[in-house]
Amino acid sequence: MSEAVLDSGAADAPDKQGLVEDWSRDKQVFGVPWGKAMMWIFLLSDTFIFSCFLVGYMMVRISTTDPWPNPSEVFALDAFGVPVPLLLIAIMTFILITSSGTMALAVNMGYRKDRKKTFWLMVATAILGASFVCMQAYEWSKLISEGVRPWGNPFGAAQFGSSFFMITGFHGMHVSAGVIYLLVIAFRVRNGFYEKRGGNYEIVEITGLYWHFVDLVWVFIFAFFYLW
Amino acid sequence: MSYVAIADRDHEQEHHDPQTFITKYVWSQDHKVIAIQYGITAIFVGLIALGLSAIMRLQLGFPDQFTFINPENYYQFITMHGMIMVIYLLTALFLGGFGNYLIPLMIGSRDMVFPYLNMLSYWVYLLSVVILITSFFVPGGSTGAGWTLYPPQAIMPGTPGTDLGIILMLASLAVFIVAFTMGGLNYVTTVLQARCKGMTLMRMPLSVWGIFIATILGLLAFPALLVSAIMMLFDKTLMTSFFMPAISSMGVDPGYTGGSPILFQHLFWFFGHPEVYIVALPAFGIVSDLLSTHARKNIFGYRMMVWAIIAIGGLSFVVWAHHMYVSGMNPYFGFFFATTTLIIAVPTAIKVYNWVLTLWEGNIHLRVPMLFAIGFIFTFIHGGLTGLFLGNVTIDLPLSDTYFVVAHFHMVMGVSPVLVVFGAIYHWWPKITGKMYNETLGKWHFWMTFLGTYAIYLPMHYLGFAGVPRRYFSMGNTDFLPESAQDLNAAITMSALFVAATQILFFINMIWSLRKGPKSDPNPWDATTLEWQTPDHPPKHGNWGHDLPEVHRWAYDYSVPGYEDDFIPQNVPPDKAPAGRDHGGEH
Repeated sequence: MSEAVLDSGAADAPDKQGLVEDWSRDKQVFGVPWGKAMMWIFLLSDTFIFSCFLVGYMMVRISTTDPWPNPSEVFALDAFGVPVPLLLIAIMTFILITSSGTMALAVNMGYRKDRKKTFWLMVATAILGASFVCMQAYEWSKLISEGVRPWGNPFGAAQFGSSFFMITGFHGMHVSAGVIYLLVIAFRVRNGFYEKRGGNYEIVEITGLYWHFVDLVWVFIFAFFYLW
Repeated sequence: MSYVAIADRDHEQEHHDPQTFITKYVWSQDHKVIAIQYGITAIFVGLIALGLSAIMRLQLGFPDQFTFINPENYYQFITMHGMIMVIYLLTALFLGGFGNYLIPLMIGSRDMVFPYLNMLSYWVYLLSVVILITSFFVPGGSTGAGWTLYPPQAIMPGTPGTDLGIILMLASLAVFIVAFTMGGLNYVTTVLQARCKGMTLMRMPLSVWGIFIATILGLLAFPALLVSAIMMLFDKTLMTSFFMPAISSMGVDPGYTGGSPILFQHLFWFFGHPEVYIVALPAFGIVSDLLSTHARKNIFGYRMMVWAIIAIGGLSFVVWAHHMYVSGMNPYFGFFFATTTLIIAVPTAIKVYNWVLTLWEGNIHLRVPMLFAIGFIFTFIHGGLTGLFLGNVTIDLPLSDTYFVVAHFHMVMGVSPVLVVFGAIYHWWPKITGKMYNETLGKWHFWMTFLGTYAIYLPMHYLGFAGVPRRYFSMGNTDFLPESAQDLNAAITMSALFVAATQILFFINMIWSLRKGPKSDPNPWDATTLEWQTPDHPPKHGNWGHDLPEVHRWAYDYSVPGYEDDFIPQNVPPDKAPAGRDHGGEH
């Protein structure tokens, strides 16, 4: 085959080709901005980090000889004198999922170049995220006051406290970093930083990718730690 | 997905032309300067690790002769030697050094896609090196747990460096992983998104392929090390029991309960085995390019070479527990992991055959880089063959933790990648510095290193079969070992000191070349790949002057019949030279 064939072949419909042929053309493998591609690859790497944390947690939970504390009792909250299992966690999860909704709206407004609405939706997302972190701090202090420590707790296996503080702490750090990230981008949007760069608001979606990922990870932590 | 020629997105890349000395050479965002910074730092710590191995060999060859080496120090040296060589030298040098230098130049990009992040990557790496070196000087010294850092012993009293050494080691690893992630994201995104016009994935030089896949492995494998480092830090500092079972140390109960030491081994080797290929795949790629260039012949089976790299990368994630046959894990695991381990020999053998077939009837120029490349084939085959022994459960059990293992992994992932590192430095030195080195001195360096390493590691196989255990400070009076084992150990030590001293030739050569070396040709090896076709020599910031190059052919158009030269650079259009072979897509 000749060069001419290759070049024209690349220019017209790539769907005639197989996946490998398509990907290996002389074009960007992913038709997205560089920052977005990099964020996806980073999230893949981060997925492995959280997977290792969760697998490690499951393994110590299986291998420990002491009984595992009952999450619905440990994480119960007294409401009007009645202990309600997982009440706080349910609220936290609801808030975080809601923040994904406001984030998605912000991305939409970003592509419509509505800077004001994008700004406020991102700020709303950040506030929801910050309130999630605050509630987590409340949960931590409640458990600490009940005697739960990384090295032991009154309810059962020591690994309960170790895994809890480690995994929720690592996730909480992700949320906190995300809140800062959101605020930085939000204020840049408001101040017209991206107008000077051709009015391109793909960065809002990249921030959104990170935020949705942090939400998704929480769903897994919720399922494996609180519900199991 | 619409077609977007990459050249059309050239404006996406930010260009900050460096103005001052500081922005040009210190806080530089130029991938070439960052590569050199990575390279110098990595070689510096590598020399420390080389010195440590020389001290270890003194003790092993001549026990009790050197009073300044006590057992505690010995374990600290052995640990730091392994950790530095594997992570801070080889990983950093291949990916941070060669990856940074070669990827943008070979794929026709102006720089990495995010130069600022790339710069941060180096400085965070430097921080991890500083933390690592600090651990030598803290009370109790650096950790002596062995480079695998197995708990419980890594953090229990009795092992050297359990005060601060182990904490600094784990912290340094965590910082290194952050640095690697910043660099690695850059390398992968650059290869995927920033190739120049005409540079299809299947026209990339194999060097780029090797570095690219190795970086993906790193991004997926280092998380396991990060998690195990964090968990062990908590076990040490917060008395959690992730890895620590209920245990009594010298009659004292430290208070651990119910953790799983095998969990650490699984996490560690889920990182540790891909790590072997993080070091090996760039070496595979680079050696392919050296062989092809200096044999004036296209690489044999280019497509197979690419797919073998990808297959090895994928398989490397499902073989980790072959490091754990004696750990007490479920014996059925051994069957599974032995099978996958032997399967990985298939793509590896394809690569070795293809290297040899590339040499077959080639016009071989035995220049210094070529000598190192051919030397690599020898050491890699030897190291690979002993891997077949160790990959089988029943043969591994008696050989585990003997000198046979030491010989195996030093041949396959110590000597082999280091030979490629030297070959690559000699090969790209003219491009990096614009100067030539002394060919004769380089050849002396090769022969003394190559033969010297054989004198070190070949006898170790025999000692391993005889049952000499690894990591022992001294043998003492061991009944099952003949006295001649000690003589062999002394001979190995002499060879090791000789090889270590020989490396001075390399540094003399390079310093001489920088100061007084003759100017080199822009393309001294008549190579086809893009980095030799830059408008400036050595390439300036931005690499390509005003216009990005355009690629018209694969990277291996050597000795094409009917063309005046015996090479056609990748950017020569088809109307000026025969089309040659193309692996761009259709057949």
